[in-house]
Amino acid sequence: MKKKQRIMLIRIVATALLIGAMLLLPLEGWGKLLFYLAVYLLIGYDILWKAIRGIINRRPFDENFLMAVASLGAFALAIYSGSGDYMEAVAVMLFYQVGEFFQSYAVGKSRKNISELMDIRPDYANIESEGDIVQVDPDEVAVGQTIVVRPGEKVPIDGIVVEGHTSLNTAALTGESLPREVSEGDEIVSGSINMTGLIKIRTTKEFGESTVSKILELMEESSTHKSKSEDFIARFARIYTPVVCLAAVVLALVPPLFRMLLLEAAPMWSTWIYRALTFLVISCPCALVISIPLSFFAGIGGASRKGILIKGANMVETLSKVKHVVFDKTGTLTLCVFEVNAIHDHNDCDNNDSDDRARLIELAAMVESASSHPISKSLQQAYGKPIDHTRVSDIQELSGHGVMAMVDGHRVAVGNEKLMSKQGIPSCHCHTPGTIIHIAIDDHYAGHIVMGDVEKPHARKAIEQLKQVGVCRTAMLTGDTQAVAERVASNLGIDEVYAQLLPADKVERIEYLLDKKQAGEMLAFVGDGINDAPVLSRADLGIAMGSMGSDAAIEAADVVLMDDDPTKIALAIRQARRCMRIVWQNIILTLTVKFACLLLGALGIANMWLAIFADVGIMIIAVLNAMRALHIAKE
Amino acid sequence: MTKNFKIEVDCANCANLVENAIQKLDGIDNAVISFMTQKMKITFAEGANVETVMDQVLKTARKIEPDFAIL
Repeated sequence: MKKKQRIMLIRIVATALLIGAMLLLPLEGWGKLLFYLAVYLLIGYDILWKAIRGIINRRPFDENFLMAVASLGAFALAIYSGSGDYMEAVAVMLFYQVGEFFQSYAVGKSRKNISELMDIRPDYANIESEGDIVQVDPDEVAVGQTIVVRPGEKVPIDGIVVEGHTSLNTAALTGESLPREVSEGDEIVSGSINMTGLIKIRTTKEFGESTVSKILELMEESSTHKSKSEDFIARFARIYTPVVCLAAVVLALVPPLFRMLLLEAAPMWSTWIYRALTFLVISCPCALVISIPLSFFAGIGGASRKGILIKGANMVETLSKVKHVVFDKTGTLTLCVFEVNAIHDHNDCDNNDSDDRARLIELAAMVESASSHPISKSLQQAYGKPIDHTRVSDIQELSGHGVMAMVDGHRVAVGNEKLMSKQGIPSCHCHTPGTIIHIAIDDHYAGHIVMGDVEKPHARKAIEQLKQVGVCRTAMLTGDTQAVAERVASNLGIDEVYAQLLPADKVERIEYLLDKKQAGEMLAFVGDGINDAPVLSRADLGIAMGSMGSDAAIEAADVVLMDDDPTKIALAIRQARRCMRIVWQNIILTLTVKFACLLLGALGIANMWLAIFADVGIMIIAVLNAMRALHIAKE
Repeated sequence: MTKNFKIEVDCANCANLVENAIQKLDGIDNAVISFMTQKMKITFAEGANVETVMDQVLKTARKIEPDFAIL
């Protein structure tokens, strides 16, 4: 609790006690008035002071001024009518202050909760200097320098492990609770927490460019992108207060004059002025103005806890209306690795000779051993044994075709059909969908290996869940061949496939799909951000996936999923919808109660007590409701 | 040019009113105040003197909310 809040709490408690004491004291007349005035000043002096400053600054319609007028007016009426009921004025001030106190406490609390969720900012980096470990500002660490991360510390800067092995807790980044094992040569991202062993890291980025800085920047920026509902409320608040004040003036003057002049009845000034003052009590739009941004803030905070970073309240709005989801294939629905689906002989039949199969894989892996292409890496993985580099020589890579090399004295060519025809080797055209690797030994065709995509484990479930949350169309864009694309799509249950697209075609395709959808429906594009940044920014909503460390994706996308799990898309949509539901509940609830109070106040059914209770009560309810957005939507 | 400021503002409605008022000041292209994160993001007009503009910003803000502070 801040100092300001503590003082406020003391004032509230003191006022309540004094009112209690007053009920027991047999004070009457002037003594009673003075006592109540003293209590009133104790609880409301800051409001009165702000009201006076408001008048000096020619800003008459601020809530302090209105509360001051309402409560002083109630005092004046009590004196005028001789009823001695000063309690009402003090109570109005007291409850107003209780409301303000609660609001500032709740907001401060949620602010702290949410920033703790995102507490990934590293305070220092350890560098080795003359045998000692020295703590320095992460900003001072250069790219390529070696830093030391001890167990329990945060990894301050992105880098590659050069010494040691450990498990990393990446929960703050990805929401994934399983620790990640890393050892020498592994790339790690900043923001994760080192759990078990000491590691040394060679940095690959500056602190300002590291994942952790990018994420913090994004989270801080997110609150400055306001949503349509926030703008609406801000505009509404600006006119609501003056309009209610005007209505109060009309209420105080018109009915008594009407009675006096036309009905020739008693004007009943005090009754109507009292009703007008009741209006002023309800004139503060606080409940709305506070609960809407709070709902969004909590909603975004709750999503970030699950590794879903939403770039702004406006994006929560868009996300909640997503009806079309378009995927990029590789890296989004499938992993960036391939598996061996089949090994065929020169007749395009399955090669069933296990020795021969193993020999083809071995040769392919050997020849490709120097290449860093994903296919090469996958072949080496399929081989599964360490490669004896002494058996391979004269490696020659032909870009876009394949690789040729001498293995155990044989000339081996490994590549696509183009390579085979270039070498004048008749090859067979394979009809199985996939990436086909042809192999020739000493210019004789030896067969081919069919490599296929590896679908992400949750990809199918992700599509199913999207259908469940009401996404009406799913589509996939890919640069791969039609056959491969269609197989993946039918496996996963995707509605539409657009294959053989160049990166520029993808933008065109998205524009076509954007044209086709109905107004009010939003289209999201999900990509890994590696070469689809233009598509990410062209769609209504860009979702970047598996983007740990890819700052291009963080920049271009509107929503960033910190891990590779595609089921997070449906979760994000559900969370956004829940957040929007809470926002609308708050708007409707608050407005209904306010207008009901105004009506009842005008009719004389609601008195000032009821008005202030309703006003503070509704604010407390709205704030508590907003806080619900912090908890992520369940399935 | 865009700059971020840490601010202190106690009431959400004041934050909205301040935002609205400083958007209209000379030398300011756009201003956004986030009550929740207590941040103010100001995009200055080209050629504006940041210091004099910020003096104006603080003065305007204080008129609306006496407790407004730029940290």
